[in-house]
Order: sequence, then C-alpha cells, then structure tokens
Amino acid sequence: MQEHVDSIKTYTVIFVSLLILTGATTLVATIDLGPLNIVMALLIAVVKMLLVALYFMHLRHSTVLTKVVVGGGMLWLGILLVFSLADFVSRGWLPVPGK
Amino acid sequence: MDSHIELPELQEQFETPEQQREVSTLGMWIFLVTEIMFFGGLFMAYTIYRRAFAGAFGLASNTMDVWLGAANTAVLICSSFTMVLAVRAAKIGSRKALIVFLILTILFGSVFLGIKAFEWNTKFVEHHVPGPTFHLEGASAGDQGPAQIFFSLYFTMTGLHALHMIIGEGLMLFLLWEAYAGRYSPSYYTPVDIGGLYWHFVDIIWIFLFPLLYLIARHQH
Repeated sequence: MQEHVDSIKTYTVIFVSLLILTGATTLVATIDLGPLNIVMALLIAVVKMLLVALYFMHLRHSTVLTKVVVGGGMLWLGILLVFSLADFVSRGWLPVPGK
Repeated sequence: MDSHIELPELQEQFETPEQQREVSTLGMWIFLVTEIMFFGGLFMAYTIYRRAFAGAFGLASNTMDVWLGAANTAVLICSSFTMVLAVRAAKIGSRKALIVFLILTILFGSVFLGIKAFEWNTKFVEHHVPGPTFHLEGASAGDQGPAQIFFSLYFTMTGLHALHMIIGEGLMLFLLWEAYAGRYSPSYYTPVDIGGLYWHFVDIIWIFLFPLLYLIARHQH
C-alpha cells in the first residue's frame, strides 16, 4: 500500500466542518422538534464520527482488512444495541402465563 | 526475498516497513473495537434508563452548563486537528513541527481536563452527586431516584472518558520525549500514528457523550 499524505487544506476543511457541526448540534437542540430532537443530535454525532474516522484516522486509506475489522466492530455494537432494545421495548406486549 | 529492505527499525518477521506498519494499525484498531464495545455497554445502559425515566433525565440533563460542554467539544476537536497535523509532520519527517503539534495536543487535552474538573466540582457544590445529600431542584420526590441514575451514568461515562484522556496525555508525553530524541522518521513513525488513532477515538466518544448528556432536553426550557 502506498503511504498517503493528505494536504493541510484537507485537514483544515474537516476541522472547520467539525466545529460548524458542533455549533449546529448545540443550536438545533434548543428548537423543539418533538421526537426528532434526539434523531438530529445522533445524526450530527454520526456525521462527526465519520469525518474523524475517515479523515483524521485515515480509514479511507486503510487496508481492506482494517476496514472489515472496524465494520465488524460496528456490527457487534449494533447487535448489542438492537437486541437489548428489542427486549426492553417489547416487554409487556404479550401476557405472561400464570401472572 | 531480494526485495528485503535493510532498515534498523524493521523487525525480522516482516518483509517490508509497509507490512510492519499495517500490522500495527490493524492491532490498534482491534484494541479500539474492544473499546467501542466497552463504552457501548454504558451507552446501552444510558439508553434503557433514559427510555424508562425520560422526564427525570431531561431535568437532570438541563442542569449541565451547555456552553462549557460545547466549548470542551471544540477544544477536543482542536486537539484532534493538532494531532492529525503531528502525524502528518512525522510522516514527512519534520521533527520540529512534530514536537510543536504534540505540545499543542497536550495543551488542548489539559484545557479539556481543566474544564471537566471545574464542571465536576460544580456538581459537588450543587449537591448533584448521587448519595445521601443528593437533591435536584424542581424534581418531584419520585424523580430524585431516577435523576441519581442519570448523574451516576454522567460521572461513570465522563469519568472513564477523562481517564482515557489522562492516559492519552501520558502517551503524548512519551511521543514528545521520543520525538525530541529524534527516534521518528518517514520510514518509522508507527507510535505517532497509532497514538493518533487512540487520541481520535477518545474524541469520538466525547462527540457522542456531549449531545446525550448535555443536549437531550434543551428544547424543553
């Protein structure tokens, strides 16, 4: 793999974008969007995470093996979150026999 | 292999410096994935309790100083920026720039920890630390318990994050020492590279902690 050196300009654009997104998430939180408030907050956080991971952590230049490992980690995190929530959300949907 | 390159930094089990570097990067990412799962359990606990006690969590979250939180987020993003420039400096072999950017990263990290310490102190002064003297103004008697769950999660998550920051500061001091001694060159800068991965990972954790702990109920003010 050829070692890739990003320009300072690329890093600066990402840096400024991250600062703007921080301001945006702080301001959007003060507006009442109902259930969409948490969605917006997490959406902006995910975009910021992707910017840091892809550019600052150089994931976009990483080997396929590294990308698979990171993707696998996110998959397992998804299993943790989705399966646990599936349990807590669905409690009380069905009657418990003998209760 | 006749293509074998003779370099003092190249360990004998590797064919090329690239292969050696890729193995280190992969190893660091595997460690970071275990860290994602470690913090993931805490985010899971937060989600379940917030779902059960949305009202108390909103009241408790609104006692946070949102401007200090936002400022700390900006400080941490600045430190990630100087860190990535430090890695770049190491990559192109600029020892002086590497030292300057490592010092800036350490300074930004210290500012973050200073603001965090101030916020923690405020929580102690306001009796917002879970325990016998806990009291959240404006919350009903029934909400005092769930509010303490919020603050327990707050102290656990920001505490573990701060611990990672302190470890990161130690790593940066080590990198600074080694950079000062001239140990890094374009053919060998792996410790700077994977130290940067760790630093950015800690930044990402805060990127999620900030909205979940400070911003969830701001619109109810």
